[in-house]
Amino acid sequence: MSEQTAATPAQTQPETTRKVPLRSPVTDIYETRDALVLLMEMPGVDANDVEIAVDNRVLTVTGRSSAKAPPGCTLVHAEYRDADYQRAFTLSDAVDPSRIDAVAADGVLRLTVPKAAPEPARRIAVRRA
Amino acid sequence: MFYTTPGSGWLDPLREMERMRQEMDRLFGELMPTLRREFPPMNIWAGENGVVVTAQVPGVRPDDLEITVHENTLTLKGRREPDPQAAAPDVAYHRQERSYGSFARTVALPFRVDPEKVNARFDNGILTVELPRPEADKPRRIQVKKA
Repeated sequence: MSEQTAATPAQTQPETTRKVPLRSPVTDIYETRDALVLLMEMPGVDANDVEIAVDNRVLTVTGRSSAKAPPGCTLVHAEYRDADYQRAFTLSDAVDPSRIDAVAADGVLRLTVPKAAPEPARRIAVRRA
Repeated sequence: MFYTTPGSGWLDPLREMERMRQEMDRLFGELMPTLRREFPPMNIWAGENGVVVTAQVPGVRPDDLEITVHENTLTLKGRREPDPQAAAPDVAYHRQERSYGSFARTVALPFRVDPEKVNARFDNGILTVELPRPEADKPRRIQVKKA
């Protein structure tokens, strides 16, 4: 199965006009007997703010952060910045992108892409001219 | 208008810049794990009523987080478990970028905290701990009386 980062999504999608940076989410990809599972870390992104699109076997996942600064506070020490997330993968023919299941929990998005049933062998009848 | 000749990227400054940007992204992407600081990354916010500590802990179950406050130190301990489904014997990893295991961090706060008043929330992988400053400890304005 071949997953690879597709052409930068920024080239095919409009630029975001948000004040937070756009990051590539840290991702684990593993394969079980009947599916491909992607685990993407998107802290601060609510399940409702995740967009998943499949176009021409390119799977693009976009998550918008809804994390807010505590009201009335100023940042005195920073080790991370809230970010939006986007990443694209090219799916191989071995999986069926029409039946993707997506669940978000505790800042991690889990995508399950079932494997495609193998194409049945076909016999082509020859017609007499 | 730029003419792009194959193999002579320098003729097209825009394309060359894009290529350099991708190279830099790749370089930093590779360097980041070694430069990685302590887990979890924390932001500290100061307000009138105390401080607020936020931390990115995606994939950590709230039950696996332990927050302790003692005098002026905040300790955050926890464990990030690998996906239980990935433990099956016929599982093959294509990509493993996330890390798992236990972590602990201690932060010194600029004042003592009343542990009873500490409040913690967990939203979408971000932990928010509110540490109010005790009333007796707050700075007070002293009126100067006329003699």
